[in-house]
Amino acid sequence: MTRQVWRTESAGHGIDRSQPISFGFNQFRLEGYQGDTVASALLANGVRLVGRSFKYHRPRGIFGIGAEEPNALLQIGSGARREPNTRATVQELYQNLVAGSQNHWPSLKFDLGAMVGLAGALFPAGFYYKTFIADPKRWLWYEKRIRRMAGLGEPPADADPDDYAHINAHCDLLIAGGGPAGLAAALAAGAAGARVILADENPTLGGQLLLAPQQVDGMAGHLWAEQAQAQLAALPNVRLMTRTTVAGVYDHGLFTMVERCADHLPEPEPHQPRQRFWRVRARKAIFATGAIERPIAFANNDRPGVMLLSAVRGYLERYGVLAGRTAVLFANNDSIYPAARELAAAGLRIEAIVDARPGLSDAAAAAKADGLHVLPGHGVTAARGLREVRGADIAPIDLAGRIKGAAKTLACDLIAVSGGWNPAVHLHAQSRGRLTFQDDLAAFVPDAGAAPYASAGASAGAYDLAECLAQGFAAAEAAALVLGFRTTAPAIPAAAGDPVGAAPALWSVQAPKGARCFVDFQNDVTTKDIGLAHRENYASVEHLKRYTTLGMGTDQGKTSNVAGLALMAAKRGEAIPAVGTTTFRPPYTPFTFNAMVGGQTGEIGHPIRRTAAHDWHAANGGVFTDAAGWSRPMYYATEGLTPQQRIDEEVLAVRNAVGVVDVSTLGKLDIQGPDAAEFLDRLYTNRFSNLKVGRGRYGVMLREDGRVYDDGVTMRLADDHFHMTTTTNHSSSVFQHLEYLLQVVWPDLRVFVTPVTEQWFAAAISGPNARALLADLAPEVDVSNAALPMMGMAEGLVAGIPARIFRLSFSGEIAYEINVDADYGLALWNGILTAGGPHGLKAYGTEAMGTLRIEKGHFTHAEADGRVIMDDLGLAGMVNAANDCIGKRSLGLPDLVAPGRKQLVGFIAAAGERIPVGAQIAALDDLDAVQDALGHTTSQAYSATLGRHIALGLMKDGRAMHGRKVFALSPVLGQRAAVEVVPPCFYDPEGGRQRG
Amino acid sequence: MLLIPCPWCGPRDETEFVYGEAAVNRPSDPNSLSDQEWTEHLYFRDNPKGEHTERWFHRAGCHRWFSVRRNTVTHVISAAWPPGQEPKP
Amino acid sequence: MSRRYSIWALARNALSHHENWPKAWRSPEPKPAYNALIIGGGGHGLAAAYYLAKLHGMTNIAVLERGWIGGGNTGRNTTIVRSNYLLDENAHFYEHSLKLWEGLSEDLNYNVMFSQRKVINTCHTLGEREATVRRYNSMRLRGIDAEFLTREDLARLEPAMNLSQDVRYPIVCALAQPRGGTARHDAVAWGFARGADSLGVDIIQNCEVTGIDRDPVSGAVTGVQTTRGAIKSGKIGIAVAGHSSQVAAMAGIRLPIESHLLQAFVSEPVKPFLNTVVSTGAAHFYISQTDKGEVLLGGELDGYNSYSQRGSLPSIEHVIASATEMFPRIGRLRFMRQWAGVMDMTMDGSPIIGKLPAPGLYMSGGWCYGGFKATPGSGWCLAWTIAKDEPHPLNAGHTLERFRTSHMIDEKGAGPFPKAH
Repeated sequence: MTRQVWRTESAGHGIDRSQPISFGFNQFRLEGYQGDTVASALLANGVRLVGRSFKYHRPRGIFGIGAEEPNALLQIGSGARREPNTRATVQELYQNLVAGSQNHWPSLKFDLGAMVGLAGALFPAGFYYKTFIADPKRWLWYEKRIRRMAGLGEPPADADPDDYAHINAHCDLLIAGGGPAGLAAALAAGAAGARVILADENPTLGGQLLLAPQQVDGMAGHLWAEQAQAQLAALPNVRLMTRTTVAGVYDHGLFTMVERCADHLPEPEPHQPRQRFWRVRARKAIFATGAIERPIAFANNDRPGVMLLSAVRGYLERYGVLAGRTAVLFANNDSIYPAARELAAAGLRIEAIVDARPGLSDAAAAAKADGLHVLPGHGVTAARGLREVRGADIAPIDLAGRIKGAAKTLACDLIAVSGGWNPAVHLHAQSRGRLTFQDDLAAFVPDAGAAPYASAGASAGAYDLAECLAQGFAAAEAAALVLGFRTTAPAIPAAAGDPVGAAPALWSVQAPKGARCFVDFQNDVTTKDIGLAHRENYASVEHLKRYTTLGMGTDQGKTSNVAGLALMAAKRGEAIPAVGTTTFRPPYTPFTFNAMVGGQTGEIGHPIRRTAAHDWHAANGGVFTDAAGWSRPMYYATEGLTPQQRIDEEVLAVRNAVGVVDVSTLGKLDIQGPDAAEFLDRLYTNRFSNLKVGRGRYGVMLREDGRVYDDGVTMRLADDHFHMTTTTNHSSSVFQHLEYLLQVVWPDLRVFVTPVTEQWFAAAISGPNARALLADLAPEVDVSNAALPMMGMAEGLVAGIPARIFRLSFSGEIAYEINVDADYGLALWNGILTAGGPHGLKAYGTEAMGTLRIEKGHFTHAEADGRVIMDDLGLAGMVNAANDCIGKRSLGLPDLVAPGRKQLVGFIAAAGERIPVGAQIAALDDLDAVQDALGHTTSQAYSATLGRHIALGLMKDGRAMHGRKVFALSPVLGQRAAVEVVPPCFYDPEGGRQRG
Repeated sequence: MLLIPCPWCGPRDETEFVYGEAAVNRPSDPNSLSDQEWTEHLYFRDNPKGEHTERWFHRAGCHRWFSVRRNTVTHVISAAWPPGQEPKP
Repeated sequence: MSRRYSIWALARNALSHHENWPKAWRSPEPKPAYNALIIGGGGHGLAAAYYLAKLHGMTNIAVLERGWIGGGNTGRNTTIVRSNYLLDENAHFYEHSLKLWEGLSEDLNYNVMFSQRKVINTCHTLGEREATVRRYNSMRLRGIDAEFLTREDLARLEPAMNLSQDVRYPIVCALAQPRGGTARHDAVAWGFARGADSLGVDIIQNCEVTGIDRDPVSGAVTGVQTTRGAIKSGKIGIAVAGHSSQVAAMAGIRLPIESHLLQAFVSEPVKPFLNTVVSTGAAHFYISQTDKGEVLLGGELDGYNSYSQRGSLPSIEHVIASATEMFPRIGRLRFMRQWAGVMDMTMDGSPIIGKLPAPGLYMSGGWCYGGFKATPGSGWCLAWTIAKDEPHPLNAGHTLERFRTSHMIDEKGAGPFPKAH
């Protein structure tokens, strides 16, 4: 194990030196402390090179200290928990953490991919648009190789073993960010009694107070934060959430947050979700999300050892780590001076303080007076060194970055840069707030005017600590007041932070031809790429972004977008705000897909509906399929029989004896009211007002555009009471449709509709022995043909259970649909099975049911596919001329009466031939020929009854084609059959059997 | 995710509702309309970029249809009312 | 004429530090009049201009773009290209478009990265298998490539796919179009822009059309009003899908269209592990991996009229849940960026490419989900229709008049409900 060579003796209030933690990085075994991030621990061990860049595979080190990090993306964990592209700066260290660098081969130090970087002149922005211009086959070959070079980390090896959770919450005020402004806001709103959620992405509240020595209320900033946290924790109306990122802003006060419950642990505790996805409805929100320091581009500014100045300070203050031995500091603002003093005091040798500003600010003058090596009006023009910084070239520059004199080289291993700050306006922008450009900050700040939510502190452009606190208090008080809470303005604590000076715009320092100054580190976008985009007229912000990929990496351009925009504005000779801003899209930082899934998969995501007899089906070989969310048995597997043999058995049982099928999934609507009959007349193409009580009728509903919508039998239970059945697929939409008509279109109709699908269990018994079986089951019911004819109904005990018996038939045999209270469903089913033995009863599934209905030529949604009309199905006669129903007006539209429509027909295969699934009907028996289809099959089956394969289908002018010999072709399956076109009903077309 | 003010149940998440369509009223006597007029009703829509009146169904709630006036750009809902009770603007 | 792009040009320019590349397209001031105007500088409008200039010799034309070219749905989609349609009109049109894609990079001398990596439709029930096989069989009869994939085939093509039977919607089989794939969306707009510009077409950005002028007597269009002044032309093509209703309304024309949001999102980039484009009807999502390595996902509409370009949560939660069930390995990847496009949803789910009821006015719109793959075909047909003042047989069915006769081109059979397509 290596010693922590860069750990200082004393500093570091964020770590616990009594708790050493061992972890792995590539082949090395290293040590850090409890409280470290992977980044701080790596730096403590003197590790500089941590990864390779996306495009040029250039060596990269740790650049920042938080969510903004573009470079230090590591693979964390192993196996199914292996997670790519994790920012080392936010990953907390835990015992035996395994981290690996990414995007190199064969090794991090020696990466062959870096050849791309060496030949980089050939690969400017958008080079791929200009080359590999070839036919698609050759492009596929190139693409395969390009894809392997890109892509950063490896995806996880397997399914994620961890659990995730969703949670919803409501609050009066959501505060995003727990720095000084956020803490102040929470203190004020909490004291006023508002329900507050304060969320911060870090493990500890305090924000900037943790990363530089500052004073609040007479104590160290981080201690004040601790005290504020304790005060807030004591308030029952305040929920403090650390390790929680406010990720997205959505409509009507909805915010998403991701809470990392267990990412700081080797693995989640038992029953602990790894991450929790929060959906918060907040009445008000305050964005106190801080600001992100921005770099200044210079040649080779991506070398490991070039870091953000605030990060270098933060690593010392919070983690007790010096990020180098000898440093050059480079900035355009006064934060460089306190930084220099702190770092020097901790033992860092400061070679030079390079201040781009021409004069000496007060802080600069003071530093100079104290003997620090201050170089005003200078800039770092280049970093020296290959795999890490070995020196810095320094030259006089002006504020446009132009070099004004000779450069000299200073030896150093760290270049700390500060180009000012950009307020983190992401959430404000997501909430559709506007941005304005503030010249003295050279930054976009929230336009408070029309903003739906307030911003406070650095995210509002207030960098002074006292001002941050004041804004936090003020924003919370304003929000509390609007929400109706009485506020008691708490005293704003005295605060002393960094001197705040203006940071004049300085985005890059002039570089020699051929040198690369990086703007977007992760995607390897250089100042030259921006120049190229401008030269080629990809000059709008969005073109720039898309052409160069600026800001499209996992950091979403947090350190690069504004600089890219500014450089383009300079090229165009326009002001930055005239060029525009970029769009800020959710999420603020990327988060795990599975957090958003939150375990809502499988049956939790899509519940399975099961009928009351489901367990019987399952125990008796039922092989299930999904029908509109219901689980239905297709057939009952039997030892020694193929599925087709078993289906044949089920079919023949119905044709020759009796079968029973669970039809509970059919939609059922209970319709009552004085106008119920009138309502049905307006729904169905045929009349129901003349239906006798105790009788049923088959009806077809149309869509308003005249196409067939749904069908089923409706029984009249009383003058003002009907029981309607719908197809399984449409049960919910038909209910909705009926309610629409009653509530919106015909509010004068006195009708109530109640969906009762789940309340009834229904079993249909059908076959020549069905009547005898029913007689056994319902000895008190007169089941004679006279008393209970086709489309008749009876009520009475069936298998001892109160039941409604509807006599209707889908199979073409004598059949009864027995409806009972769903709670008695299994009892009825068992009763039928028990009584059925002597009658040769077999249970049958949806496959046999389908075969039986195909033999009868009944249509389902396979035929009525949303494009067909009644006449296509041969049902024009069912449209009652005197009836005026939904959709009828459309039946006269030109296309619905035009000749040449597809019509329902039957197809019967030549003996021994099998009609393929999903076949096209054609004249030529050739699977490879290009030919016009004459039609297609809609459903097919082997008819054990007929001993032939049969099908239903739609065919152009089909009714005129009966007797034609054609071919059913399935080129994708390589199957075909010779078929004859026949009328759609194959079995007992007169219907004598079902009426018998 | 919208927060939809059901006139009967109060504000509820979008996921409880089914969106119907633009609040077009069915002609009282379709048979009196020409094909042109009927297809105008069936197929043609104003599709405004801005204030839009539409119908929603509270499927996981009271099973009521109601109208909503919502801005199609900002999604701000300015009114919701039961059928036939449109508030005066 | 722009300098030709090639590896040699790249090498030559490397020597001069890439400081001599010409503009990919000019940014001219609008002229007072053109022979034809295209409203909308997305892929479709630019393609129409390109083909008008290249195939019909109309070079005194301009494309008017409100913002920046390619900034609408061209830049906001899931980049899938396929022609696996059931109905005649759509199948022939999209196949023509696919064929144009196959020669597009070379035709434009701009690599649009058309990657024919195969588009797969998984089937999760026998009923779905039947319907999908039927559709793919219909493609084969029309001479369009289509193939059946068993679960074993899928295991070989997409090793990351969960083929277990122990999931909510186990995969039964799949159908695929091998020639389907993806393309680089921005490149399509830029390639067409550069091509059109080199033929003399004026591409005018930041020029919003605010009115369409019509002759009070004949009703014929005479020009447009824009934020950069009036521009005269007797032929105007509208290619602004998402906002077709607004622009058509400027000519007093109402359309059978509603605008709805369709969302897409990407994960952080990872090394390649998805090889094809996979879509599924049962769970309503499609997935592929970009050349950068991002997993790109899209799903269904948000479900209500919107122009907000900002999506809602439920639909993406649903897509991610379904996608992680089919590809469990993506569960631990991170959600990086989401966006939404405004779709022109028609009443039958198929586009409108043709003449509008005002002489000289044409449109290509109503693209629903299908717009990106249609880009070259749409431009090609719109150009033909503008040049000849009559539709090509390929778009003869996609008229606005079909909504007067109820000749619906309804692939799903969902009826006159725009959100249902």
